[in-house]
Amino acid sequence: MKTDIILSGVGGQGILSIAAVIGEAALKEGLYMKQAEVHGMSQRGGDVQSHVRISDQPVASDLIPRGQADLILSLEPMESLRYLPYLKEEGWLVTNSQPYINIPNYPDQEKILDELNKLPHTVILDVEAIAKEVATVRAANMVMLGAAAPFIGIEYNKIEEGIRRIFSRKGEETVTMNLKALQAGYEIARRK
Amino acid sequence: MEKHLFLGDEAIARAAIDAGLSGVYAYPGTPSTEITEYIQQSADAKAKGIHSKWSANEKTALEAALGMSYAGKRALCCMKHVGLNVAADCFMNAAMTGINGGLIIVTADDPSMHSSQNEQDNRLYGHFAMLPMLEPSSQQEAYDMIYDGFELSEKLGYPILLRITTRLAHSRAGVVTRPQRIQNEMHCPEDGRQRYILLPAFARQRYKALLAAQDTFTRESELSSYNRYLDAYDKRLGIITTGITFNYLSENYPEGFEHPVLKIGQYPLPRIQVEKLVSECDEILLLEEGYPVVEEMIKGFLGMGKPVHGRLDSTLPRDGELTPDVVGRALGKENMTWYEIPEVVEQRPPALCQGCGHRDLFGALNEVVAEYEGAKVFGDIGCYTLGVLPPFRALDTCVDMGAAITMAKGAADAGVHPSVGVIGDSTFTHSGMTGLLDCVNENTNVTIVIADNETTAMTGGQDSAGTGRLEAICLGLGVAPEHVRTFVPLKKNYEEMKQVIRQEIEYPGVSVIIPCRECIQTLKRKRKK
Repeated sequence: MKTDIILSGVGGQGILSIAAVIGEAALKEGLYMKQAEVHGMSQRGGDVQSHVRISDQPVASDLIPRGQADLILSLEPMESLRYLPYLKEEGWLVTNSQPYINIPNYPDQEKILDELNKLPHTVILDVEAIAKEVATVRAANMVMLGAAAPFIGIEYNKIEEGIRRIFSRKGEETVTMNLKALQAGYEIARRK
Repeated sequence: MEKHLFLGDEAIARAAIDAGLSGVYAYPGTPSTEITEYIQQSADAKAKGIHSKWSANEKTALEAALGMSYAGKRALCCMKHVGLNVAADCFMNAAMTGINGGLIIVTADDPSMHSSQNEQDNRLYGHFAMLPMLEPSSQQEAYDMIYDGFELSEKLGYPILLRITTRLAHSRAGVVTRPQRIQNEMHCPEDGRQRYILLPAFARQRYKALLAAQDTFTRESELSSYNRYLDAYDKRLGIITTGITFNYLSENYPEGFEHPVLKIGQYPLPRIQVEKLVSECDEILLLEEGYPVVEEMIKGFLGMGKPVHGRLDSTLPRDGELTPDVVGRALGKENMTWYEIPEVVEQRPPALCQGCGHRDLFGALNEVVAEYEGAKVFGDIGCYTLGVLPPFRALDTCVDMGAAITMAKGAADAGVHPSVGVIGDSTFTHSGMTGLLDCVNENTNVTIVIADNETTAMTGGQDSAGTGRLEAICLGLGVAPEHVRTFVPLKKNYEEMKQVIRQEIEYPGVSVIIPCRECIQTLKRKRKK
C-alpha cells in the first residue's frame, strides 16, 4: 500500500490540521509516513502545500515526484490546479469550490471550473456551506478530509480515531462536530 | 521503543533533551525556529530546568552556549544559515578554545530561499572552522546524530556543527526515541586559562592543537556509521550523496542501486571511502543540497583525474533545492507527467495580514515620502519586508539584520535626504542598536522607524527582546528625547502619523519613530486561549 497526497491551499487556511489527522491515522495503522510542510514567509497569505506520503514500506523522499500523486486535496480551487504536474494520470483531485481571493488578478471562476472539469476524477464541493449545515463552519477542513477519505488508503474508522485523538483536548463537542463534518464530506465523495 | 511523528526540528529538540541537555540558546529564524520552540513547550524540559529562553541574536546565543559548555554542561545553539554569519566571530573562535561540556551548533540552511535572502551552504563554515560536521538524511538520523553528538563533542573536545536544510527541518516522519540521560554536573575546565584565553601566545598553541586534531576528525568520519559505502555491480558510475539527497537517489531506484553509492553524513570527508569509490568507478556523480562543496573538493581546481559530475558541469542545476525529479533527470530517469499547470493559475505571493499595523504605517509613510524627491527607505528583515510588494512598494532595500539603520546612515552621509530606515522591534534589538549608536555619535540626519508589533512575527510570534523598553533603549543610546516619537498605527490616526513622520524628516539629526500596535496574529492567538 502506498498513497501520495498533495495538500494545497492558501497560508492560514489550515491545511496542516488535515495533514495532522492523516498523520495520526497512518501512525496508528503502523504505516510509514513522511509529510513535508511549508512554514515561514508563505504562511502569510501565499500559496502553501504539503506533501504527505503513506506506505507500508519505508518512504525515501520527503517530496513526491512529479506524476505520482494519487490525490490532490485542496482547500482552494485555483490552488488545486497549481500542483497538477504532480498528479497521476488516474489520480483524484478533491477541492473546495469556494475561491480565496486575496490577489487583485484572481482569475474568472468559470475558467477555473473549466480546467477542473477537464480532469477525469474530481470531487468539487463547498466545504464551508456543508460544514455550516451539519456542524460548524470551523469544521470545514474535516468536510474536506471526509471527501478525500475514500482515496487515502486508510480505513475510514482509523481516520475517525485520528480526529478523536487530535481534538480530544478540546472537548467532546468539538470531537462530535468534526466527526459529523467528516461524515458529510465522505458521503458526498462516495456518491461520485 | 516509542515512535513519534516529529518534524526534523522536533527530532533534534527531543534528542537534545533526551541526551541530557542543560540549555538551548537561539534566535528565531526559519527553518530553525521549531527546535527551540519544542524545548520551550516540553513539560519534560521544564521539569529538568533546561534553559530555553530566546537570545537577542545568534552571536549572544552562541556565546552563552559556549559559556554553558565551559561550565561542563551540554548546550545546543540553533540558527538559520544566515544567523551563523552573525555568530561567526564566536563560532570560529570556539574552534580554537574547544569545549568542555558537549556543544552542538545547528545550522538550518534554506536552499531555494523559501524564507531567506540567500542560500549559503554552511558546510563551508564547518570547513572554515575546521570542525567536525554532521548532516542527517532523515528525521531519525537527526535524532540519533544529536543524541550521540554530545558524546562525540565531549570525546573530541570540540564543538560539532550539525547542518540540516528546510526540507528536513519541516518534514515529519516517525522517530524512535532513546532512554533519557541525566545532565552533566557543573565542572569548569582545569586547564581553562590555556584554552579559553585566546591571547596570541595561547592562541598559537590552540591553533596547532586544532590542526593536529584534523586527522582524528577524519578517522572518526571513516569509522562513522553515518558514512556508508553501498556496493553495486555497475561501476561505470559511482555516486556520492550528502544529507537528504540520499533519499532522492533512493526514490529513483526503488528496486535497489545499480551503482556504488557513498552516503555521507559526517565530515570531514572520510578519505578511505572516497578513495575507494573513486578508484573503483569510472566517473563520479555528486548529489549535494546547497553548494557543490564536496564536488569542488573532489574535482580540484584543475579538474584532473576522473570525470566528476554534479552542479559544476550542469548535470544538476547550479542553484536551488534538489528534488527527486531533478535528481532523476540527472540520472536519465525522467518521470512521466500527465498534466500541466493551466495558464489560468496566477501567482499568489505572501502579503501583510489584513488588519496588520504595518499596513497603516506604510500607508502613511508612503504619502509623506512622496512629498520629497530622492527619498530612500531602507528596509530590514521581518514581516514588514512584505511592504516591498504591491500595493505598498514602500522599501528600497532589504539586505541583512540591522542594515536598515546603518545603510540609512551611510546613504545620509552620502547626501541622501530623507534617509529613512524601517526596522522591526525584534530586528532592532538583534542588530539595530549598535547602528543607532553610530548615528547618535555623529547626529546623522536619519529618520529611523522601529515598527513595533511586540513580537518576532515572521517566524510565528516569539518573544521580542526589547518589548516595552524600546523608547528607553533609544534614549539610553543618546537619541534626543524630543525626537523619540510614538504613535499607534491605525487608519484613524493617519493625520497624526503623517505629521509626526514629516516633522522628524524635517529635523536635521537622528530621530526615532516607534509605531506600536500588537501583531494581529499573536493577538488572535491570545484571544483564543
